[in-house]
Amino acid sequence: MNSGSSARTAARRIWGLLYRHLALYRRSWPRLLELAYWPVLQMCIWGFTASFLAARIGNAAAVAGATLLGGVLLWEVALRSQMGVAISFMEEMWSRNLGHLFVSPIRPWELITALLLVSVVRMLGGVLPALLVAWILYAYNLFSLGPVVVLFFMNLMMFGWAVALGVVSLILRHGAGAEALAWSVLFGLTPFSAVFYPVAVLPHVLQPIAEALPSAHVFEGMRGVVLQGIVRWDHLIAAFALNVIWIAGATLLFARQFRQARLRGALLSIGE
Amino acid sequence: MNGIRVSNLTKRYDDTLAVDDITFTVPVGAIVGLLGGNGAGKTTTIGMLLGLLIPTAGAIEVLGHDMARDRFPALARMNFSSPYVSLPQRLSVAENLRVYGHLYNVPNLEQRIAELAAELELRDLLHRPAGKLSAGQKTRVALAKALINRPELLLLDEPTASLDPDTGDWVRSWLERYREDTGCTILLASHNMAEVERLCSDVLMLKRGRIVDRGTPQGLLDRYGRKDMEEVFLDIARDRRHAVPA
Repeated sequence: MNSGSSARTAARRIWGLLYRHLALYRRSWPRLLELAYWPVLQMCIWGFTASFLAARIGNAAAVAGATLLGGVLLWEVALRSQMGVAISFMEEMWSRNLGHLFVSPIRPWELITALLLVSVVRMLGGVLPALLVAWILYAYNLFSLGPVVVLFFMNLMMFGWAVALGVVSLILRHGAGAEALAWSVLFGLTPFSAVFYPVAVLPHVLQPIAEALPSAHVFEGMRGVVLQGIVRWDHLIAAFALNVIWIAGATLLFARQFRQARLRGALLSIGE
Repeated sequence: MNGIRVSNLTKRYDDTLAVDDITFTVPVGAIVGLLGGNGAGKTTTIGMLLGLLIPTAGAIEVLGHDMARDRFPALARMNFSSPYVSLPQRLSVAENLRVYGHLYNVPNLEQRIAELAAELELRDLLHRPAGKLSAGQKTRVALAKALINRPELLLLDEPTASLDPDTGDWVRSWLERYREDTGCTILLASHNMAEVERLCSDVLMLKRGRIVDRGTPQGLLDRYGRKDMEEVFLDIARDRRHAVPA
């Protein structure tokens, strides 16, 4: 098989898995609603809070409100990307379909690529309605930050994927017992990601943890644009570099746990 | 020519020896039965043949491919069905078949789905969610999934488990016909002795991870001096009687 033909075959396998998840959403409006529910709810709560403070305190609060809303929206990008991968993998586990998938010719990297694409769809399904609510209710347009927003999005998606690969690896290792991590693990990193405040606010002992997270650099960058009107390229480069390290580490962990699962015979019994 | 060649295959989990140094071949076009009680090592053997499990020792060659180094080309030419592995319940039958058609890179996929729907009497079920089907219907859908890529090798783990006698007989007849029409090689793990007797040209009897006997169903009946395979199975499982040397 030549390289063009094998690339087409790989793309078709990836599409097959993507189609499986899209078909699931096509026939279930509660699933579609669930995608947007939490991001829109978050946006409403923090949007009204910011509006209230702006009315009471004035311009300073309005700037703080813009930082807050930007933080809420961008953090949802990371959260939805992470959950998109982890929950899509768990869908296969819950439907006891992993055995069929892993005996098909789909390669592990194709499976992961398909899950990443599903997560992009899920992320957009959650974040776009929240963006719309922010624009309609609070006249807040995240894209007014400029094209750099795209780089913020990319970095946060990559970070979400790295964490998700770690979660999937733990599910391969510990089975259904690790499921709760799919919902909770990124929330645990929120304080260190400096979503709503600068890293400098953290105690000195915790600051190195924040510095090691790509997300903290993204939010420092976002505050640079909102508060000073400048693009902090140093933070963006740091975020990309850290993401490369995080994704490489998570990929190695996944490859190791996948092999361990094949040694232990866990691929058929996982989730039981 | 062999569809499957297994040499000195062993699988150990910590202190448990699940498969203990087994060697066998399955000729192309044959239906071979893997027979044994619970814990005999049937599912572990099938798991290793499918690449789901990495053996502790030994070698597996499937359709000429070494499964340790080159499993994906073999996986594209084989398929698997088991009542213990499901298809996504919320997808319709057609959607499930479409997913696996893409995964196996099936040409003219919609035409293939229509063919299988006609052959396996699934036309009325194509748009029903897989989770809303009866056990017999699910078995037919699982067979359709297993045949979507026109496999040269089919691994079936208890294909008629939990089916009523009529549906079970329908599945067995269908498998016989399919093998005759296509020359597909089939390895069948089963607890159903009548099924093995009817379908298989050769039987491998597994006990505690070892192949303790093998032969044609009639050969085994003659050697154990029994009338049916169930009695042979019980003789072996309970160490009641040993084969009479020919």
